[in-house]
Amino acid sequence: MSAATMDGNVTAATKQPTGPKPKRVTIGRIGLYAFLIISAAFFLIPVYVMLITSLKDMPEILSSNVLTPPLRPTLQPWIDAWLHACTGGDCSGLSPGFLNSVKITVPAVIVSIGISSLTGYALSFWNYKGANFFFGLLIFGAFVPYQVVIYPIIIGLRTVHLFSTLPGIVAVHTIFGMPVLVLLFRNFYAGVPIELFKASRVDGAGFWQTFFYIMLPMSVPITTVALILQVTGIWNDFLFGVIYAGRPNWPMTVQLLNIVKTTQGIPQYDVNMAATIEAAAVPLIIYFVSGRWFVRGIAAGAVKG
Amino acid sequence: MVHGAIAERHGTPDQRSGQTAPTGNYAAQGDNLAERTRKKLPIAAIIATIPLMIESVGVYIFGIGLSVYFSFTNTVVFPDYKLVGFKQYERLWSTDVWITAVKNIWIFGILSIIANLVFGYLLAVFMDQRIKQEDLLRTIFLYPFAMSLIVTGLVWQWVLDPNYGLTATMHELGWTSFYFSPLNDANTALYGLVVAGVWQGAGVTMAILLAGLRGVDAEIWKAARVDGIPAWRTYLFIALPMMRGAVATVLVLQCIGVLRIYDIIVSMTGAGPGNATMMPAVYVLQYLSDRQNAAQGMAAATTMLLPVVLVLIAVGLFRLFRRRKVVTL
Repeated sequence: MSAATMDGNVTAATKQPTGPKPKRVTIGRIGLYAFLIISAAFFLIPVYVMLITSLKDMPEILSSNVLTPPLRPTLQPWIDAWLHACTGGDCSGLSPGFLNSVKITVPAVIVSIGISSLTGYALSFWNYKGANFFFGLLIFGAFVPYQVVIYPIIIGLRTVHLFSTLPGIVAVHTIFGMPVLVLLFRNFYAGVPIELFKASRVDGAGFWQTFFYIMLPMSVPITTVALILQVTGIWNDFLFGVIYAGRPNWPMTVQLLNIVKTTQGIPQYDVNMAATIEAAAVPLIIYFVSGRWFVRGIAAGAVKG
Repeated sequence: MVHGAIAERHGTPDQRSGQTAPTGNYAAQGDNLAERTRKKLPIAAIIATIPLMIESVGVYIFGIGLSVYFSFTNTVVFPDYKLVGFKQYERLWSTDVWITAVKNIWIFGILSIIANLVFGYLLAVFMDQRIKQEDLLRTIFLYPFAMSLIVTGLVWQWVLDPNYGLTATMHELGWTSFYFSPLNDANTALYGLVVAGVWQGAGVTMAILLAGLRGVDAEIWKAARVDGIPAWRTYLFIALPMMRGAVATVLVLQCIGVLRIYDIIVSMTGAGPGNATMMPAVYVLQYLSDRQNAAQGMAAATTMLLPVVLVLIAVGLFRLFRRRKVVTL
């Protein structure tokens, strides 16, 4: 199933679309494009509004239509959102949150992918009795509502004094990333010809050598998918950050919400929307740059949703 | 002998002394290598899967067990192990907020899953008509999925804000009778969430269903055309049943998403107005943090887990027997 969904654009290029072939411009064809254009507008307009609002100053926002482009474009809201926006008494903007998100995302991505690819390799080629029991449990974990395990993990992290710390939140992201990642890597390695593994073993390579010299270099594509999945997933996380990271380490999403929700009087639409775009920028850039790879990760990644 | 050398490197003395099979005659047993290694060298594999064991047993057996246990106690913030029976569950089901949350998740879940499937399939079918700009449209339909649910919630909160967003714009353009601000009314707030949810997820549904459509055998389409079956009927009654796998994937993803719904509530409505958009996951978190009654939260969480476990036992067993090699979600 995931193989079918992973093709993305490749399918479009290599396979014929299955629909009937259009002969000429018909009313149906016009209706078809009308539907697609309206749909595209539905998806685009909210972010378009956000973008142009973030480029206006407050007087212009209050006097103009939300759809009209800014008359006096200004980057001041972006600067304010980044450096001066207030959450409670703290007026240092989103930038500390950005730094925290980097500090959380980078180690969490490396640790979770490292462990998961090793686990997937072990499960595919060195499957010992009982391993599938653990694997089954892990897959079960992909379906468990987070709320069920949040409190036990708090207790666990408190016991080892990692609650409200950076290593704590990295561990939590690893825990919740593993079910999908291990599945991803295990399925990938299951598709690697067993002959390759045998050849490596005949040549005298052991468990670790086969992994580092043969399997790891082969798994660049799947690692890329995992990387995109994890970076966007962890960057976009709110729930785990607010619970486990601790106030000094709060990621960008948490600070964004605090900035937007602490507004008093007339909401600072310009600053709020600039802050929102800044918080969404990293995953959006990854999405637009990676394109096809992102689509591949969706079948597996959406599970995390 | 090569094999033996590796065995020495990875096996403990105890392990090797337990093995009686000769290690020398390697070539003769070459085909059994996978099995031999399994018997001979589990140590490295076991070491490599220690994180897997810790997580699966520690989090998903011990952790869930602990949560269920605490739901039968009076735990407040720190663990209290004294059992008090079903007290928390009685309290849970006599709390109006929880009843509202359960009602809400059913309404929201059914509406958003249907809306998502219908809109997603429509998009997929329309994208399947040899559209030149397919890549561009795919990029547009999918990009909301790359953003945080916090961002999605904030964006739609502004779009649906009567003083600022869609309604205000329509009024300015002269359509003064227009009013669409569902979030301000307790009776309609859930519909606002459905709109935002569809905006975020319809692109993914489209991508999965489009891949499913492209997987349907071309012969089927030819046959349907020869028989003079209109295209829309082919899509609805022939193609759709043939892509059960893709539809099932979408349904599973949607159900998990609905059950976990939290971020978007916090950013878009804050569970309000009143408790009009309260959801079970929000209820659990409120009792864990603000209300400082972990046991009550765990009772709610355990209740959330129940349908998941029941469905998984049914579906999981079925799947395990059907596909052994590659497990898909």
